Amino acid sequence: MRANCWMGKTDLKVQEVPDPKLLNDRDAIVRVTSTAICGSDLHLYNGLIPTMRKGDILGHEFMGEVVEVGPEVRNLEVGDRVVVPFTISCGACNSCRAGLYSVCENSNPNAAIAEKLLGHSPAGLFGYSHMLGGYPGGQAEYARVPFADVGPLVVDDDLTDEQVLFLSDIFPTGYMGAELCDIQPGDVVAVWGAGPVGMLAMASARLLGAERVIAIDRFPYRLRRAAEHTGAEPVNYEETDVADALQWLTAGRGPDRCIDAVGLEAHQSNRVLQAYDRTKQVARLETDRPHALREAILSCRNGGTVSVIGAYGGFVDKFPMGAVVNRSLTIKSAQCHVQRYLRPLLDRIRNGEIDPSFVISHTMPLDEAPQGYELFRDKQDDCTKIVLKP
Amino acid sequence: MQARSAVTIRHPVEVVYGFWRDLTNLPSFMNHLESVEPSGDGRWHWTANAPAGTTVDWEAEIVEDLPNRRIAWASVEGSEVGNSGSVSFTPAPGDRGTEVRVELTYDPPGGTLGKVVAKLLGEEPQQQVSDDLRRLKQVLETGQVVLSEGSPEGTRFLRLLRQRPAQPVG
Repeated sequence: MRANCWMGKTDLKVQEVPDPKLLNDRDAIVRVTSTAICGSDLHLYNGLIPTMRKGDILGHEFMGEVVEVGPEVRNLEVGDRVVVPFTISCGACNSCRAGLYSVCENSNPNAAIAEKLLGHSPAGLFGYSHMLGGYPGGQAEYARVPFADVGPLVVDDDLTDEQVLFLSDIFPTGYMGAELCDIQPGDVVAVWGAGPVGMLAMASARLLGAERVIAIDRFPYRLRRAAEHTGAEPVNYEETDVADALQWLTAGRGPDRCIDAVGLEAHQSNRVLQAYDRTKQVARLETDRPHALREAILSCRNGGTVSVIGAYGGFVDKFPMGAVVNRSLTIKSAQCHVQRYLRPLLDRIRNGEIDPSFVISHTMPLDEAPQGYELFRDKQDDCTKIVLKP
Repeated sequence: MQARSAVTIRHPVEVVYGFWRDLTNLPSFMNHLESVEPSGDGRWHWTANAPAGTTVDWEAEIVEDLPNRRIAWASVEGSEVGNSGSVSFTPAPGDRGTEVRVELTYDPPGGTLGKVVAKLLGEEPQQQVSDDLRRLKQVLETGQVVLSEGSPEGTRFLRLLRQRPAQPVG
């Protein structure tokens, strides 16, 4: 089969690789019909995530048709159309039973590597380094899905791939980001990052009752799209000072809830801090650039909540802990527990409350994945989200 | 050489104790073991995988057996590879299942056999025990040792250092 393989930093190759085989009795094999490129895939592309190996298949947002099931899979049949969560979860450990699917205690065979960096290991993920399991991803014609009796969501044919694909990752992630904030009536919610996850967080904040939503980004096309689809008020951080803008917009209080949908490759307009973070990142003294997170913490109102759904891998410098302690801030974060949100969010799509396909800007064949990554990274051609068709 | 590790498994003590007490189950989660079979008279014959397809074996007996609480075993006098171990089972707080604590001691002989023992335990006996318990948890909670294309044998210390690419196994 053909698959998009990571060959090194900014080096991708769509090439022939063996077809997947069942390895465990609860596996299924899925023929991929649609798959997307995620913002977090760019961290892999840019060489910022350790433990990648040449030849690793990328991709963790995918859906398709079940073509083979293992002997212990009782609730899926060949022919079922499924969306697959990016988190691999056994369903049986204490974490899965508590709904914390992204920290499944069993699904990472390489847990010992993750423990060194993170303290304990999270769940295995599709296509996201050997530290997180060494599982091939879904930017391919076929994918092996472990614990197929727990993860995949069967979807009926009246919804298009584009409408449901993002249940695999970015819609639940954005929704969880808003949910973690514990939005109260009258709340003003500010979201850093007007990319697909950020926009879905903004839309979700509205569904959860936010009175006003503010979008912070530097690309006018992204701010425009966010405003058009979620009613978010735009703040362009290259044209205005964010802290000032937020003070003005909230009459001095600061946003009640702040969502960091940017993560470790934050860009910032303060050249000195940008240079500091980039230099330390290159010298591997600091693994992540937390500019959006710092700003979210510093501008959040006293007693407010900062919800972090941007991807972070390791360690950050200059963390404003003083602000957190002195101003009663709550910081909440998680790698999305996708399985928990699949059915409730599918219902919202069915009810017409939201159509996540609004984030899509480009569709291209799998073979053009390398060009797609470049387009996505460089934000060319008003690129927001690329769907690949194998 | 001493090593110890612990894990929490979401099953009642009776289930976890029962699984371990049947020592023939040990190779299903202890990678370095090829087989453990009863040899009569309360003794057990252990066979471990050694480099170059060879094996090392010894006789051991259960020296302590407190049902649902603790099992201890030791190789008999004169074994090539002196070793002993114990495992204790405690209900985990908050209804989370069973806490399993393992302690192992190996007295590696000198010479070639010593090197063989060192090799089959890996550079890190500590990591070996931790890996064993991780696999035990997977077997009891999910039914099997969990495999990935990067680690197609499942959790294994030596494999961590030499991952297969994350592509289907050919």
